[in-house]
Amino acid sequence: MTTEVIRQEDVVIRFVGDSGDGMQITGSQFTDTTAKVGNDLATFPDFPSEIRAPAGTRAGVSGFQIHFSSADIFTPGDGPDVLVAMNAAALIENYKDLKPGGIVIANTGSFTDKDLAKAKLESNPLEDGTLGAFRVIKIDINERVIQALADSPLTKKDVLRCKNFYTLGLMYWLYSRPVEPTLEWLAAKFKSKPELVDANQAALKAGYNAGSIHELFQGRYEVAPQQNVAKGTYRNIMGNEGLALGLVAGAHMADLEVLLGSYPITPATDILQHLAKMKNHGVITMQMEDEIAGICSAIGGSYAGKLGVTTTSGPGMALKSEALGLAVMTELPLVVVNVQRAGPSTGLPTKVEQADLFQSLYGRNGEAPIPVLACSSPADAFDCAVEACRIATQYMTPVILLSDNYIANGSEPWKLPELDKMVHFPVVRPEAGDDPYLPYRRDEKLSRPWAVPGQPGLEHRIGGLEKEHETGNVSHNPENHQMMVEMRLAKVMGIRKTIPTPEPHGNDGDLLVIGWGSTYGAIRSAVEKMSADGMKVAHLHLRHVFPLPEGLPEIFARYKQIVVPELNMGQLARVLQGEYPEFRFKPFDKVQGKPFTAFELREMFTEMLEVVS
Amino acid sequence: MSTVELKPKDLKSNQEVRWCPGCGDYSILNSVQAVLAESGVKKENMCVISGIGCSSRFPYYMGTYGFHSIHGRALAVATGTKAANPDLSVWVATGDGDCMSIGGNHFIHTLRRNLDVKILMFNNQIYGLTKGQYSPTTPKGQVTKTSPYGAIDAPFHPLNLALGAGATFVARTMDTQPKHMQKILKAAAEHKGTAFVEIWQNCVIFNDGAWKEWTTKEVRDDRTIDLVPGEPMLFGKDLEKGLHVECCETSIVGKEEATTWKADTASPVPGFLLAQLDNEPDLPNAIGIFRQVEQPTYDGLITEQIDQVTSKKGKGTLKSLIYTPDAWTVD
Ligand code: SF4
Repeated sequence: MTTEVIRQEDVVIRFVGDSGDGMQITGSQFTDTTAKVGNDLATFPDFPSEIRAPAGTRAGVSGFQIHFSSADIFTPGDGPDVLVAMNAAALIENYKDLKPGGIVIANTGSFTDKDLAKAKLESNPLEDGTLGAFRVIKIDINERVIQALADSPLTKKDVLRCKNFYTLGLMYWLYSRPVEPTLEWLAAKFKSKPELVDANQAALKAGYNAGSIHELFQGRYEVAPQQNVAKGTYRNIMGNEGLALGLVAGAHMADLEVLLGSYPITPATDILQHLAKMKNHGVITMQMEDEIAGICSAIGGSYAGKLGVTTTSGPGMALKSEALGLAVMTELPLVVVNVQRAGPSTGLPTKVEQADLFQSLYGRNGEAPIPVLACSSPADAFDCAVEACRIATQYMTPVILLSDNYIANGSEPWKLPELDKMVHFPVVRPEAGDDPYLPYRRDEKLSRPWAVPGQPGLEHRIGGLEKEHETGNVSHNPENHQMMVEMRLAKVMGIRKTIPTPEPHGNDGDLLVIGWGSTYGAIRSAVEKMSADGMKVAHLHLRHVFPLPEGLPEIFARYKQIVVPELNMGQLARVLQGEYPEFRFKPFDKVQGKPFTAFELREMFTEMLEVVS
Repeated sequence: MSTVELKPKDLKSNQEVRWCPGCGDYSILNSVQAVLAESGVKKENMCVISGIGCSSRFPYYMGTYGFHSIHGRALAVATGTKAANPDLSVWVATGDGDCMSIGGNHFIHTLRRNLDVKILMFNNQIYGLTKGQYSPTTPKGQVTKTSPYGAIDAPFHPLNLALGAGATFVARTMDTQPKHMQKILKAAAEHKGTAFVEIWQNCVIFNDGAWKEWTTKEVRDDRTIDLVPGEPMLFGKDLEKGLHVECCETSIVGKEEATTWKADTASPVPGFLLAQLDNEPDLPNAIGIFRQVEQPTYDGLITEQIDQVTSKKGKGTLKSLIYTPDAWTVD
């Protein structure tokens, strides 16, 4: 029998189950294989903030969404085309996001009365009409796995643990992906436990074969590899890893080594974990006693000639603010990464928000200007980290680099930089001469020299008290204070000369959409579709939030309206309104701990266009 | 050993020293300059780091590298500096408020890690720079500007706090005995690991005479005992008296029966015991070295681990970091 193969351009699959069901592994294996097949892709996991919520309950549901395509894509997708639900709680928490006519693949083995009760359901959603709008494929995956592994020496409990690989096999068949990469991965992963390799491989193959044998599906699908992909070498990357690699690369470009002082905090901890593995790259990581020690040790490291880095999220950022002022006053290079999460206070630690922009720009005592950058995707995280290192070392200043939960845990293919084409910005140390060393004598960029302990003849003192111009001695002189405040600001504003003016993407005329950070993908998808439909809409995305690049008013003037969608209450919109009062910036806010969907943005933009015309 | 010849005056900065006349800090500054000049360390490798408070002005008066950081954080800054360059001789000048109150967390964690820095805690039992509020070492009952009816907080015992946090070198000295201070600072300088030195320091303005029960010329021979590891515990004008410790009782005896002081016992308990003599009205109070043990240092372990991983995996290149085996190529 031949199965019909249906070509699709673009698919979104969401795997959902209990946090113990291995959905993250299933998702990331599907992702790795899909990357190898040659599709463009974007992923996003969604896991509960409780590490071990009770099994089978709604609080314990964990998910992983992947969007893959034969064309260019920018987001993990609005709603899934296919929802793979391993139990009742997972189904009920997720089915509303499915696209109309979408497919539900449900593991009926975990829809028993007991499972329904744990999910607080009075009737079985597979039978009570809840899923009327969807195509439902019911498979007792629990039972199938037990049958497939009848000969396995594993206990029944351990056999059931293989069900995610059975499911993965089924999805590989359905979307015409090879099983080999995962078979190899399993062999390497459980090298020391051959019985686990055998069982999981058998489950994977059984799932794959079930697709063809059991005629569960009307056909199988194929998403052809992406065409016209830029030549180069790629790997799939998550945001926090992109940041870690970018920090090491940036330090390398400055001829320095990274010294990271950090304290574990969701969702930034992965950066510390990644860097801790890079000891053979000369990276020093210190897990300090608190957030304040994290940044202070980084400052102490920069003082002694390393590239000091500290990584955190909003609440930790709040604790670091006094030390940020110290870095401003001592004019030492420092990269501070804030992987934002929904606040205030502890807020929603595993959910996305962009509400720390004001904190980054203004959250310090005194006049303490600090450059602020924001990365827009997992791959962009690398470039932004390198850029942060450039600014920090070239301008002797702390730099705040904003990422967020969505970027941190999302993934996409990353075109690897051609290393010999990366721009170097080596740090040049001052040398002792006949005249006394002046630690605050500025160069043409208004940047000060960076002598470090160990260099003979350059002994000097720095600190948090106001500095006298050039000598760096403590000074309470009123005119000197005014001059130094102005100088520190002028230095930071001077960075504008080295940053490009971003170009809008789309059609000039009616509506300019300005974004920053992780909203990039959703805005780009929405605008791309609308401008392809002939609408005069364009997207401008800001990487440098402070100082803002030059040439923006000229761009703004090309549009009748400007809208600024943000996952906060309009922070960038207010910054822009203050900076460019001659234009009107309409905020469009969302604070639900969830990213924008391209769909809701499109609706909003279309509405704006209709009002005018 | 280095051949650098330094004089104490080479370690002075060009800044005018601005502590109150008569402040105990002057004598500490002189002693540190004297000891460092003779330490054999090159001037460019000396680094003094401080937080905020009267004592924390210290780096400005030293002609070495110096960092006057923010309140309580000197040890966190010093951790980064020493980790970045283990060749530096890093000294931290701090006070009872800076170190034990706002900086308490960094204090205990630095000790547990055994970072190779020297902590000089100027204990004057008062906040001097903010003009006279009670500190975490102010005795209960003392009237200060913020305790007009007497302080009700129990004070920290700095030596015991340090011993409890796993300190590998704990000592005490006083501003009025520069010779003793220099002996202790020299031992601290030679210790590989965190050296914690409590210095009884007199604040003439806001807490004059805080230590006089033990430190004045008239009483100090009979009221203090210098703990010297490996030596019998003797005190008195002619060292005619001794201390005898028999767990856990301490008594005054003739010099022949004095216990030999050991600062490197497996347990820090003898140190605790001798640190508590301030609670025993009939016994002298101890200064000198309470604990002195060898343990690997934090900065040393950082370097060692980097070396180990590098020799196992080979020196990493940017290429090997970025171009991993899971990468694929599109032509
Ligand atoms: S206030 Fe006290 S501690 Fe501070 S400088 Fe004056 S005497 Fe010394």
